[in-house]
Amino acid sequence: MPAARSLPHRHFDALIIGAGGAGLNAALRLAAANLRVAVVSKVFPTRSHTVAAQGGVNAALANALPDNWHWHMFDTVKGSDYLGDQDAIETMCREAIPTVYELEHAGVPFSRLDNGKIYQRAFGGQSQNFGGEQAARTCAAADRTGHAILHTLYQQNLRAKTHFFDEYFAVDLIRDDEGVAIGALVLDIESGEPLIIEAKTTLLATGGYGQVFRTNTNAFINTGDGMAMALRAGVPLQDMEFYQFHPTGVAGKGMLITEGARGEGGYLVNGEGERFMERYAPKARDLASRDMVSRSIVTEIREGRGCGPNKDYVLLKVDHLGADVVHHRLPGITDICRVFLGIDPAKEPIPVFPTAHYAMGGIPTDRHARVVAPARHGPEEVVPGLYAAGECACVSVHGANRLGGNSLLDILVFGRAAGTDILSYVAEHPNHRPMLDAHIEPAIARLARWERQGEGERVADVKAELRRLMEDHCGVFRDQPTMAEGVEKLKALRERVEGVRLRDHSQTFNTARIEALELDNLVDVGMATMMSALHRDESRGAHSRVDHPERDDERWMKHSLYLREDDRMDYKPVRTKPLTVESFPPKPRVY
Amino acid sequence: MERQIQRLRWQCRRGMLELDLLLNRFLDQRYAELDSAGSADFERLLGYQDQILQDWLLGQAVPADPALSRLVAAIQDCMLEGPRASSSNAGAER
Repeated sequence: MPAARSLPHRHFDALIIGAGGAGLNAALRLAAANLRVAVVSKVFPTRSHTVAAQGGVNAALANALPDNWHWHMFDTVKGSDYLGDQDAIETMCREAIPTVYELEHAGVPFSRLDNGKIYQRAFGGQSQNFGGEQAARTCAAADRTGHAILHTLYQQNLRAKTHFFDEYFAVDLIRDDEGVAIGALVLDIESGEPLIIEAKTTLLATGGYGQVFRTNTNAFINTGDGMAMALRAGVPLQDMEFYQFHPTGVAGKGMLITEGARGEGGYLVNGEGERFMERYAPKARDLASRDMVSRSIVTEIREGRGCGPNKDYVLLKVDHLGADVVHHRLPGITDICRVFLGIDPAKEPIPVFPTAHYAMGGIPTDRHARVVAPARHGPEEVVPGLYAAGECACVSVHGANRLGGNSLLDILVFGRAAGTDILSYVAEHPNHRPMLDAHIEPAIARLARWERQGEGERVADVKAELRRLMEDHCGVFRDQPTMAEGVEKLKALRERVEGVRLRDHSQTFNTARIEALELDNLVDVGMATMMSALHRDESRGAHSRVDHPERDDERWMKHSLYLREDDRMDYKPVRTKPLTVESFPPKPRVY
Repeated sequence: MERQIQRLRWQCRRGMLELDLLLNRFLDQRYAELDSAGSADFERLLGYQDQILQDWLLGQAVPADPALSRLVAAIQDCMLEGPRASSSNAGAER
């Protein structure tokens, strides 16, 4: 590994790590203002996970039904189980409207109503008039909204002369002695050559970390890279116990089988052929809430009533609905089953298991997307020059649970907010701060660690074990003994990572090295998740504890903060005061 | 050859889990058996956008090019067949 002083340096006003919707929306704002912008992406930008978002973007345009940003705000606060920060939520819901129009002008082909206005569909959790009638708030470009947004933003960035470092992997942030973010060490995956990017500001926009769970819906790239970089730079991660699971993923593979399957009359059976949801939720049965159905499936399996040779899944039956209903109303499921399982769901049941989908937690930021961390003057001191936006950040607009249609909105609004704040930061701080070798050394040491020769465990084996461990001990079934055991196992696994060795030490396209660096990241975010979940002994939003089934506002109306040093937990208050309107006080969350 | 497979493995990293699973499995299990025209087709296929690959690989559309159409069918078949040889990479756990 080369010494710090021999590495090449490049200089930019802004460094953006991650080329999904958040990163590209920030980059566009900056490049359009003629800043020098570098976007580092480990895969080609249009292969970012934003491309998989099918749902749409919420905005109270009131095109289909009456609507108001304040109603959208109410729904989001309620959906968050009152853990969302109400200043950030107000910002997001207000900004949603100009954000959608801005995208429309940039060329996103939104679906239209007959009168030419943007079409809006109804989604769960959307109400008119603060909890009244169903609202229709989601703007979509057919069923490929994420794809349309990502491609539009990418093209606009090319036009604005954003500098793309495609297939570069970000190793670590570089901070100076005063804690100011001054750039990052990145690795050209093709050549294996390290590069220092010096920047006046750095935005982390690396997305989620679903790959830490064995069964998940995320692309392979979602390994929590930015979150782990923040942790290693001494920044805590916030609310990591809140992870959204979907009850029905294809067992052993992870992709989603839509709730529509149960909506159309599909039901779940265990290894004994029993419709077990009747026992857990006599009224709602298979249409009970997501967390209830997820936990019931895992309980059946834990108690030995799973299906298959290893009794590790249950079956979703839609075959009684007839081929006509299945093939025409559930075409997506039919395709998935045919391609991945070789079955026709109109004839055979589908093996399912709860699948990890979306992280509500992440790098703590304020509503300007500035990273904030506890320091001398309080729990939310700005880390100068450092920003985060999108799934890797926790601003926090989703609180304990995210509403459908709010994730694309989050990345767009706060990606843009980051861009806006970076413009003024760079105006006030026009010069690069000096970067010394000592600032770079820790990042180089991380790379050098994987150069160690000799025998050792394989990355793939340890990663598989980590994913299994997280699923078993910090998945949808959570209680104190299960998670306490999980923490001990995870600490032991973290020790073992030290003994993992690469067989291949070549430079060019050494993807094994990248996977090793990703493993480091997964272990760190896994620990953040498990520790945060163990300590929160209440049930709120997506975090449901078998041993503490109630929400406890007196003790737990606060954000969790996990710090990597000594695996320490800290807490800070929820920002319950919006910017211009009255606060929404906590109420029981019933739908 | 090994370096070529590593390079392609990175091109098989996509924005969607469905594509990751299908493409990586094919790379692990079948790519080595392709002749030079076949491997050129595979590289060409990887050059398409995720949304187009999704339409093709999940059977919502068929490539007009017969070579790509055959390749798409082979990738789909590979998903459902048992492993032909021991695979040596991260794909093994899936």
